[in-house]
Amino acid sequence: MAKPVLSTREDLGPAMRRRLAGFVATLRDNGLQVGLAETRDALTVLSDRDFDRPMRVKTALRALFCGRRSDWDAFDALFDAFWSGRGVKTRVATSASAQVSQKTVKSLSTSQSSNSGDELPMDVERREEDGEADAGGQSRREGASRHDLIARTDFRKLADPDELAEAHALAERLSRKMRVRLTRRDKVAARGPRLDLRRTIRASLAHGGTPIELVKRRPRHKPLRLVVLVDASGSMSLYTAVFLRFVHGVLDHFREAEAFLFHTRLVHVSDALREKDAGRALDRLGLMAEGVGGGTRIGESLATFNRWHAARVIHSRTCVMILSDGYDTGEPDLLGTEMAALRRRCKRIVWLNPLIGWDGYTPEARGMAAALPHVDLFAPAHTLESLMALEPYLARI
Amino acid sequence: MLDRQSISDRLATVGYIADSGLATALALMDLLKRPLLLEGAAGVGKTEVAKALSSIHGVPLIRLQCHEGLDRSDALYEWNYQRQLLAIKAREGQDADATEALIFSEKYLMQRPLLAAIRQDVAPVLLIDEIDRADEEFEAFLLEVLSDFQVSIPELGTIKATSIPRVVLTCNGTRELSDALRRRCLYHALDFPDVDREARIILARLPDIDTTLALQIARLVDRIRKEDLAKIPGVAETLDWAAALVGMGISRLDDEREALYDTLACVLKTRQDRMRMTPEVLSRLVAKVA
Repeated sequence: MAKPVLSTREDLGPAMRRRLAGFVATLRDNGLQVGLAETRDALTVLSDRDFDRPMRVKTALRALFCGRRSDWDAFDALFDAFWSGRGVKTRVATSASAQVSQKTVKSLSTSQSSNSGDELPMDVERREEDGEADAGGQSRREGASRHDLIARTDFRKLADPDELAEAHALAERLSRKMRVRLTRRDKVAARGPRLDLRRTIRASLAHGGTPIELVKRRPRHKPLRLVVLVDASGSMSLYTAVFLRFVHGVLDHFREAEAFLFHTRLVHVSDALREKDAGRALDRLGLMAEGVGGGTRIGESLATFNRWHAARVIHSRTCVMILSDGYDTGEPDLLGTEMAALRRRCKRIVWLNPLIGWDGYTPEARGMAAALPHVDLFAPAHTLESLMALEPYLARI
Repeated sequence: MLDRQSISDRLATVGYIADSGLATALALMDLLKRPLLLEGAAGVGKTEVAKALSSIHGVPLIRLQCHEGLDRSDALYEWNYQRQLLAIKAREGQDADATEALIFSEKYLMQRPLLAAIRQDVAPVLLIDEIDRADEEFEAFLLEVLSDFQVSIPELGTIKATSIPRVVLTCNGTRELSDALRRRCLYHALDFPDVDREARIILARLPDIDTTLALQIARLVDRIRKEDLAKIPGVAETLDWAAALVGMGISRLDDEREALYDTLACVLKTRQDRMRMTPEVLSRLVAKVA
């Protein structure tokens, strides 16, 4: 650790201030939310006599700059990297988070093996299984192309304007059923089940204390918001159009809805899809979503969503609907942690997977397995019919 | 203002064994005048931090337990309607303005925790427990109170804080809190204590206990937490268990496995966990720690 830098404490020179500003910039690059007020407070901490050792400064700045568990876990690595003066500027988090995940994986495997009693053979066996699961994923992807013909038939049907109208009708029915939720908060109303004593008494003063005008309260409605994330990667190409038409209907009918498209990155497509004409909307979409039909990085797309969009788009009455087959070329660990983060933010997560419709499908793609524990409803959806069959479940969400 | 070390020492005298990170965070609360957000699983001792903090400063603890639908009338103030109605009746026929001024005065105001906390003579510790159970509207409102430390009551005017309370918020991650609230607060992630610290906690809370037994219990609980359980036992459970074992006159864990198994109710609180922790499993764990 860089003692000489941190020991000039009494009057913080411009050099120290610059170093601190650099550190704050590094933290921001790595996703920590550090404001000006925090930087100012950090200067106060650094000029305090009680914090005159690097270790103490570290714990103090950690308390000040971190806001959540993920920041907390990454902070030590970031701090050490920056103040040891190796000139690490950006993207430390990737290596730090990789370290952390490696550590958790290691601790997991040791705890598992200590449970089972025999250590090494168990471990090796698990590795082999992993390899098989991977191979299974591969062969499934090949399987998707073998089933081209069957799948294409339901796709062609959907180009039919009747089918499109049906997709819209379904979205409308859903929106009507899903959006009305009662909250436990009240609002003042002309009629309602409960008396607003405070306002009634206030109004009664004009009548010498006789409560003639009664003010009532009733529960407030808060519309459910639906956020749809559509996988537009190559393996999903047969279903993308089906889902996009459904999403078009959702955006049209839900009072509050947002749509995102993802493949190797995430695109916000609500505005493009709000176009009344479905064909035009899809054209606009084509222009925006470059790279559709390539690989999938669900974990990274979700990370982008969580970091840049979630705070704005998601409130506590939000249902997130992910339409994807779960084939992820990224790290399954990342997908797992991002799903957990998303789970904490929203009310429900629905994952609709077109592959469930197939006989004998088990969610063994590694990404899917990592995401599954955080999903509230995991259901098939490959045609409009299957979406309609889900209506009662979705309405209950 | 107390510095880091003396906070740590004083916490120990009231029976709370803090790690250096927590002591630092508590010292920073006073230095920077920021609230402290504690995050951690149920049972790691988040609420205890606030209690210990209030007793080391010798100030009252005011607690606000959050729940969904919590609003101003539960958290801030409410008028005493029954008394207001009586007053109106008693003053019937008198000047309406005077009556209004009377019934919307201090006398008829009922303070709820947030208002009470900012109107004390000495700054109290305000514990806002399980903030993630309240909804977003309340969170936004809380943020406003915590940054201005003043409250406006339409009938009465603005009430400024007479003292700025030390605010401790706890959450256990059932809902994601807003970035604004997180940024406003100092943050400390509490984990289950390690074996050494847990043994010291047991010794601090149960002075009669044998040191070896305390260490054995701490080691055993540490092992139990690593088992695949539905509900991981917290520090309070460990203390209950230790007290139970002391009460039964057990001085070594490996001597009395049957009694140990019978007292497992202190730490395992679900049927599923009880089924999983068979006498064999427990014996294996005890053999490792004793």
